[in-house]
Amino acid sequence: MPPSDHRPAAQIPGGAVFPHRHLTGIAGLEPHQILFLLDEAEHWVDFNRGRGKSDRRLEGITQINAFFENSTRTLLSFEIAGKKLGADVVNMHAGQSSVKKGETLIDTAVTLNAMRGDVIVIRHSSSGAVQLIADKVGCPVLNAGDGWHEHPTQALLDALTIRRRRGAIAGQRVVICGDILHSRVARSNMLSLTALAAEVRVCAPATLMPVGIERMGVTPFKDFDAALEGADVVMMLRLQNERMSGAFIPSTREYHMRYGLTPERLERAKPDALVMHPGPMNRGVEITSSVADHPERSAITEQVEMGVAVRMACLDVLTRRARGVEGWA
Amino acid sequence: MKRYFLNSRIGPEGLQAPLATQGDVIAQIGTGEIAGDGEVIDCAQIVRGGGWLMPAIIDLGVFAVDRRACHAGGIARVGLMPDQSPVLDDPGIVRRAALMGKPELWVHPLAAATQGLKGDDLAEMAINQAAGARAVATGRGWIADSGVMRKVLAYARDCGLAVIAHAEDGGLAAGAVATEGETAMRLGLPSAPAAAEALAIARDLILVEETGARLHFRQVTTAQGLELVRRAKDRGLPVTCGITPAHLLLSDIDVSDFRTYARLSPPLRSDADRRACLAALADGTIDVLFSGHDPRGPEEKRLPFADAEPGMSGAETLFALGMGFVHDGTIGLARLFELLAENPARILGLDAGRIAPGLAADLILVDPGKPWRIDAEAMVARAGNTPFDGLPVQGKVAAIWKGGKRVG
Repeated sequence: MPPSDHRPAAQIPGGAVFPHRHLTGIAGLEPHQILFLLDEAEHWVDFNRGRGKSDRRLEGITQINAFFENSTRTLLSFEIAGKKLGADVVNMHAGQSSVKKGETLIDTAVTLNAMRGDVIVIRHSSSGAVQLIADKVGCPVLNAGDGWHEHPTQALLDALTIRRRRGAIAGQRVVICGDILHSRVARSNMLSLTALAAEVRVCAPATLMPVGIERMGVTPFKDFDAALEGADVVMMLRLQNERMSGAFIPSTREYHMRYGLTPERLERAKPDALVMHPGPMNRGVEITSSVADHPERSAITEQVEMGVAVRMACLDVLTRRARGVEGWA
Repeated sequence: MKRYFLNSRIGPEGLQAPLATQGDVIAQIGTGEIAGDGEVIDCAQIVRGGGWLMPAIIDLGVFAVDRRACHAGGIARVGLMPDQSPVLDDPGIVRRAALMGKPELWVHPLAAATQGLKGDDLAEMAINQAAGARAVATGRGWIADSGVMRKVLAYARDCGLAVIAHAEDGGLAAGAVATEGETAMRLGLPSAPAAAEALAIARDLILVEETGARLHFRQVTTAQGLELVRRAKDRGLPVTCGITPAHLLLSDIDVSDFRTYARLSPPLRSDADRRACLAALADGTIDVLFSGHDPRGPEEKRLPFADAEPGMSGAETLFALGMGFVHDGTIGLARLFELLAENPARILGLDAGRIAPGLAADLILVDPGKPWRIDAEAMVARAGNTPFDGLPVQGKVAAIWKGGKRVG
């Protein structure tokens, strides 16, 4: 087993394995802490697949999902994860909040804090916003995506998907292709996959590739075909509508020609390579339907399933201190 | 009224006391009878050992009139940026600004170069000059239209006014809150390449060459930009440039953890650029060291990084941070006061900025070695948004006289 797949977490007693109060990003997590969260999530994958079992460990815990930016999937995933564990889940959408009335983020944070939630899940359109709130509240904060910065639970669910489907993460050649510049999914994934010793390649047109990317320990490519050579995993990113026609790329059809994942292109990857996408997909732009729906190759729906398990693990782990779990109090 | 300053070293050259002032100007240095009716100021009573009596600082390019902060920092005059509400583009507003701080603090308005600072139509220059404007400025922004910038330069030259420009290509810098590089990439912040500065400078230098106008770049912060200015000066172009201590002491690494107090405009640069700035400070390429004083309360700073306003509260820390470059041998004391007083006075056309008979008796008594620690909480400025909170520094202003009268 390659070194980074070692699991020293098993030998570290109780809460010492995960000393963080919040989960604001993958940056700051040690490899063994990432693996600890993945191992915890494994349990919930099995749990969710079995029927009729019940676990009410978050009974009496109030989980606030504060979403300052629109989201359907991630919000739903966090809500289901909390409810499966018996938490009282309340959702706050930007549309309903006083943010629209000019309240500052700090005031909103202080208000949320005064309501004595036990865990707050935050999504915000500005990089660093979640950290700002985390510094102001007394309970654990979970980052559900902040600007272009981080989306740690997405990286964890992606890592879990890869590990389950490929048997390991270390040594896997993972290609991340698309709008790297504006992608928090790409940033969190680059951090977690390089920490777990995967070989990460990133591929984007120059207009969507951030300067300084090689400092993340990844290899940048402009030619998608070259990047795909021998790939174990191909992770496609969503191209936002507002960036499609002229602002960063000339047109969607030109983007598709150069960076769309087609069955022919996928031939360059390993025969059993895995196809992933954080969703929602632009079918026919970054990915063709036949690839997205491929029964053996596509892991896209499995990613959604892993998302719930990973979020259950994160909610459980982050509330252990407050719940007085033995060894964590 | 006559005043005699005793028991201090006078000016960066360390001339012999006494220094005598008559009314609001400096009368004599080192000689002359102490007449019975004059006021005698014993500097040794204010600073142990008498300290150094220096020209007061002229802060070229502040965004707020903050008298207490200026006096605490040894600043007797400020060049006020036109980015006020309302914009300094009308003689009534300019005159009001010019009278704002008098008599304790003299405000020299920098009138807007274009109406409303929009970058489209020329603002009145001669009328605003008559109302007290000492230069025209493009404000926080860049004039994108080269045709407009050419007209601004040509017209200001005819009025005998210097143009103070912000050097950041607006197309590249649009929406950016950081300099392109590893830090911005890791934090996921919208960023612009450092070359945005050199691009703006290159265009404006070509227009200076053509128009012969006097141009002062308020801030030049990159190796590429400074090299362009250096070469333009070698060719004899009437170009000057300034910098704040922030770009000499901090780099983009200091915005890690989304520290909004280090969100500045232009944004902090790479460490290589920072070192190039230090070299330019030493070799004379940089003419002005200024505070960029822009007090911002928590409502504008305690926000997500990209949503926070840029700017720092710098008036109180300017002298001490400047003395740091003397203490570490980057520049000499005489050069520091060229940067802080003499050159700004020349750019604005003021009879001040040096210690010489006939010039304004704007003086500070400093203790150049006094150690203290910058404390944002303890600052007297309207807001304590300093990126230097907690930094130990050496050099303190003990007293300040504006026009011979003690004001702080």
